[in-house]
Amino acid sequence: MKNSIKLIVLLLISIGTTSCSNDSENTLVNELGNLKKIQEFTNATHSVELYGTKTTLIQGHNEVFLRIKDLTTQQYIQNANMSWLPLMHMTMHTHSCPYSPITKVANKQTLYKGDIVFQMAQNETEYWDLKIDYQINGEEYSMTQVIDVPASPKRNVTSFMGTDNKRYIIALLEPTHPRVALNDMIVGVYKMENMMSFPVQDGYTVKIDPRMPGMGNHGSPNNVHLSQSQTGDLYKGKLSLTMTGYWKINLQLANASGDILKGEEVTEENEASSIFFEIEF
Amino acid sequence: MKKYILLTFFLGGFGWLWAQEKDNDSILPVRLNEIVVIGRGNQLHEKLDKPLATLDEYLQRSGTVDLIKRGSYAWEPLINSMSTERTVISIDGMRIFGACTDKMDPVTSYVEISNLSEAQIQSGQQGSCHGPTLGGAIDLKRHSGEKASMGFSGGILTGYESNAKQRILGGSVKYRDSSFYVLSNITYRKAENYQAGGQREIKYSQFEKINSSITVGYEFLQNQLLEASFIFDEAQDVGYPALPMDVSLAKAWIGSVKYAWAPKKHWVKHWETKLYANSITHFMDDSKRPDVPIRMDMPGWSDTYGYYSKIRGNKDAHAWTVNFNGFYNRSLAEMTMFSNNPNEPDMFMYTWPDIRTLYNGVFVEDVITLNCHQTLHWNLGMGVHQNRVNNDFGLASLQIFYPDMPSVNTRFLKSVGTQFNHHWNDFKLLLGAGYGERAPSVSEGYAFYIFNSYDLFDYIGNPNLKNEKSLETSVGLEYQKSSLKMQFKSSYFRLLDYIIGIPQNEWLPMTIGAQGIKQYQQLSYANLWHNQFSWEFKVLPNLRWNGQLVYSLGTDSENRNLPFLSPLQYRNELQFKKDDWVATASVLGNATQTQYSPFYGENRTPAYAIVNLSAGYQLRWEKQKLQIQTGVENVLDTFYATFADWNNIPRMGRNIFINLNFSFGE
Repeated sequence: MKNSIKLIVLLLISIGTTSCSNDSENTLVNELGNLKKIQEFTNATHSVELYGTKTTLIQGHNEVFLRIKDLTTQQYIQNANMSWLPLMHMTMHTHSCPYSPITKVANKQTLYKGDIVFQMAQNETEYWDLKIDYQINGEEYSMTQVIDVPASPKRNVTSFMGTDNKRYIIALLEPTHPRVALNDMIVGVYKMENMMSFPVQDGYTVKIDPRMPGMGNHGSPNNVHLSQSQTGDLYKGKLSLTMTGYWKINLQLANASGDILKGEEVTEENEASSIFFEIEF
Repeated sequence: MKKYILLTFFLGGFGWLWAQEKDNDSILPVRLNEIVVIGRGNQLHEKLDKPLATLDEYLQRSGTVDLIKRGSYAWEPLINSMSTERTVISIDGMRIFGACTDKMDPVTSYVEISNLSEAQIQSGQQGSCHGPTLGGAIDLKRHSGEKASMGFSGGILTGYESNAKQRILGGSVKYRDSSFYVLSNITYRKAENYQAGGQREIKYSQFEKINSSITVGYEFLQNQLLEASFIFDEAQDVGYPALPMDVSLAKAWIGSVKYAWAPKKHWVKHWETKLYANSITHFMDDSKRPDVPIRMDMPGWSDTYGYYSKIRGNKDAHAWTVNFNGFYNRSLAEMTMFSNNPNEPDMFMYTWPDIRTLYNGVFVEDVITLNCHQTLHWNLGMGVHQNRVNNDFGLASLQIFYPDMPSVNTRFLKSVGTQFNHHWNDFKLLLGAGYGERAPSVSEGYAFYIFNSYDLFDYIGNPNLKNEKSLETSVGLEYQKSSLKMQFKSSYFRLLDYIIGIPQNEWLPMTIGAQGIKQYQQLSYANLWHNQFSWEFKVLPNLRWNGQLVYSLGTDSENRNLPFLSPLQYRNELQFKKDDWVATASVLGNATQTQYSPFYGENRTPAYAIVNLSAGYQLRWEKQKLQIQTGVENVLDTFYATFADWNNIPRMGRNIFINLNFSFGE
């Protein structure tokens, strides 16, 4: 009798524990939704998985999602404090790029995210790596790994020196699925303070003039130039696309006083600005 | 050339051909009836001197109708100098809408003269029976099975025209017995490029088309008829020299089912209900043009489903008509531009973004015989008109210009008209007035970068337009005594909220070579004054002199001239008719167009005059007939263009034609 009870209790416990862990495994996997795995970093104690809307990182803006797993317990950690530093190792020097801090995704237990803007792609000799530092329960950890940053097929980021002798980077965030419509357009505008620091540039205006070079360089009506609603924010405006095809979004960067720091107006003589994005759909 | 002219004179002599009292001829049109009072009975039958002319050439004889010509085929009719947005063109009461954003396919291009018995042209509010109109209406009436001869009848027709080497071949077969009839008809035309005066070839003016129709009717019980009818029309390789594109295919399927009741002793004289559907496919392409900045395909589709139920009755001095009618139309047109750069994809957009139109309305008319020489005629119409942008891509396109635009827009349209006729001695006086409203057309409301090659602007529609309105008055005087008949008519229209394209400088055009963008907007008013004077004088028993003068004026609220105003137009014709012979000689022309409109892209058209000659002979056996018609148009090979020719495209030079019609059983 006692033996049977023990057996039953053991059975119940084993069912209970195993079923519990199955459930948690299911909810954790579901937190990813449609995200695709890009890469996995490991050190002795943890593994960090990188996810995104595509299977690779790419030149330009990337929204990166992360999960951190304890290798011993195989559990995803819900209370890690994460930060990162992307670095490009070039032949002459090393530099970073604009990036945001890593934050926990709202309403998710194990998912973190951050944004990185790679202003250049890798090549045969020059490459990017990512250093991830994290703190769990007061303990500090770190890992660094080379990441793959191929060139984007259509220009979505531009890096240049303004007339004020400062370097700037403008990256295209939206539209990712352009339509024949007045599309919401979002860009990030960053200034280069030094090789490692690329904070948000506040208070400027990004003027846009979308054109179709394959069709007499015609434009579109009712575009709204991009500006910030508050400091630290992304820049928002409206991009008017009147038909499908290949569009060149000509840009001009204006400072708070309205002086044009880079980029030219499109006219009869000047077919395109020196800074532009490309959209094809 | 000279030899041909001499031969024509020799063959023709000076004799008249037609004096047909029967109106059941399957080939030749019966009458051109410009209706002033609804309900005219059988008229004097007048035939064209060129029976196998296209319908356009036939309509041109009317003083109320002008035709805008973009090619040698499919001309757009103007009624009282107003184009198709302001008029109603129907086929046997069926509404039908073209599928081309550039108006290359007016309704008249889908019917052949050989299947029509008449084109009923009504001016202003008198024409609102089949739908709301401002300028008037043309109803193309096909042959009635009830008037066919008993037994088998039909014919073969063939023709040739020298200028464009146009070949025409057609035939018809009809059968009728006491309760059943079948009418069938087929016509084929093919023409090469035509030549303007001085043997100047107008490239890209060729066309080829086939038109076939069948009507089956069954008369059952007493005075009840059930009829089904079908038209199939297909044109291929049609050139439009005045435009930058041609038409590779224009196809129409037009079908209807009709039930009619004509009781003998009842206050209802006739009650006809019809259900119909038509589908038009129209493909524009520029593959034949050697030099285009970018190649494009522009297909368009227009499908219409509709009904009408028309009751006519008499009570005492009233002859009334009530017509319930409605239709549902889908208009869709696209543009695909083929990229010159192989690395770039093709470009696509909607020029008519899938617009649906639903209309239901009622029209009431009463002709009151006040006494033996006065009649009063009034009509009233009202309807609900709704437009909807049916696809998201299309709606998002237009929302680039109108961000808060809803997809549905509903309007209420009303119209009223009246006419008073007074006979005394040999005179008849007509006084008329009316008010009408119309909804903007699919292009006016929803066009997305439609290029107009006349003024070189891209047009953008405006879904916020109000109804366009018209206040009209007309006065007419007719005199008829023994050998002389004269008619004068003057109509004045005050159009309110006049819809027209206005340049918008802050929007950049899209079409390569365009000067800018025009948005459809409304001017507070525009004035139109249309005058026509015609006469018929029997000089001798066998010789008749017909003439016509037309003159129009029109300005908008900025005092600019309106487009397509006819300068003084004249037509003088001598007709000789004796036994089986017919001959005509005519001179027609325009004075210089001084009231032209640079704002709307027009330039000054010089004066011109052309001379036409024709002769015909009819051979008759028992139940068979052979009619031979031949002639020369533009005898002097004058090089000319009219005010209504798009981009001043010149008209045909000298053209020698011969038509042979063989008919049997009639």
